[in-house]
Amino acid sequence: MSTENLKNLTSNKIVDARGTACPGPLLAAKKAIGEIGSGEIMEIYSSDEGTKNDIPKWCQKMSHEFMGIIEEDSYSRLFLKKA
Amino acid sequence: MNQESQQQLNELKTRLTSLETGTKDQLSMVVFSGDMDKILAAMIIATGASAYDMKVKLFFTFWAISALRDPAKNAKGKNIIEKMFGKMLPRGTSQLKLSKLHMCGMGTAMIKGIMKKHKVASLEEMFKTAGELGVEINICEMSMNLMGFKREELIDYPQMTICGVGTFLSDAQESKIQLFI
Repeated sequence: MSTENLKNLTSNKIVDARGTACPGPLLAAKKAIGEIGSGEIMEIYSSDEGTKNDIPKWCQKMSHEFMGIIEEDSYSRLFLKKA
Repeated sequence: MNQESQQQLNELKTRLTSLETGTKDQLSMVVFSGDMDKILAAMIIATGASAYDMKVKLFFTFWAISALRDPAKNAKGKNIIEKMFGKMLPRGTSQLKLSKLHMCGMGTAMIKGIMKKHKVASLEEMFKTAGELGVEINICEMSMNLMGFKREELIDYPQMTICGVGTFLSDAQESKIQLFI
C-alpha cells in the first residue's frame, strides 16, 4: 500500500514500541494482536531498524496481512491487518 | 482401482499423517553455557519464538544452571565440596561473565552499560518476560547433583521442572527447531 493510502488509514490499535531493542517490538506486537479482532488494523511504532524486516516476516508466518511502512524522523510506523 | 494401488495409497496416507503430526510448532533448546552473552542469546531466541506462537522448552544443564540461582536464597545441608562449588560459581544472572572480553569484570560491566543505552533488556527482565510468555525451563537433575545445587536456591519461575535427558529428547523429537547454546 502506498504511503498516501497508509496515512489515510485509521488503526484500531497503536503499539508504541519505540525505545525497545530486539525482540521488544516483536513481543509488543504479539501481545497487542490478541487485543484486536480479525480484519482490524494495527500500527506498530518502532525505532529499531531490524523490526522493519522482522514484522513483515512475522506477518507472513502468522498469516496477518502486512500493509506497509511510513517512515517518520526517528522511527517507523508499521501497518498490518489481523488474519 | 486395483488392490495394489489401494494398498500403496493407504500406506502413503499413513506416512503423511505421521509427518504432519510428528513435529509441532515447538522449539527445544539445550542451554549449556554459563556465559552471560550466550544465555542472553538463548533468551532472545526463546522469547522471540513465543511471539510466533511456538511452544518453547529450554533444557538448562551444566554451567547454565548458575543463571537460575537466586542470590537471596540459601540451601542447607551441603557438604564441603558442594559448598565450595556454590561459592565459586556465579550466583544468578548478575554475576555471569561475558564469553569474551570479560577483562576481570570491566568488559562485562561495560557491555551492561551499552545494553542499557541501546535499551536491550537485561537478563533479569528476559527471564521475567519468558515466564510470562509461558517458556518452560527444564533443569538437568544430574548437573544439579554434580554442582551441588538445590531446588531451594533457584529463582521463582512459573514453569520450572527438574528432570533428565529423557525429557529433553522427547521434547526435541517433536520440535521443529532444536538448538544447543
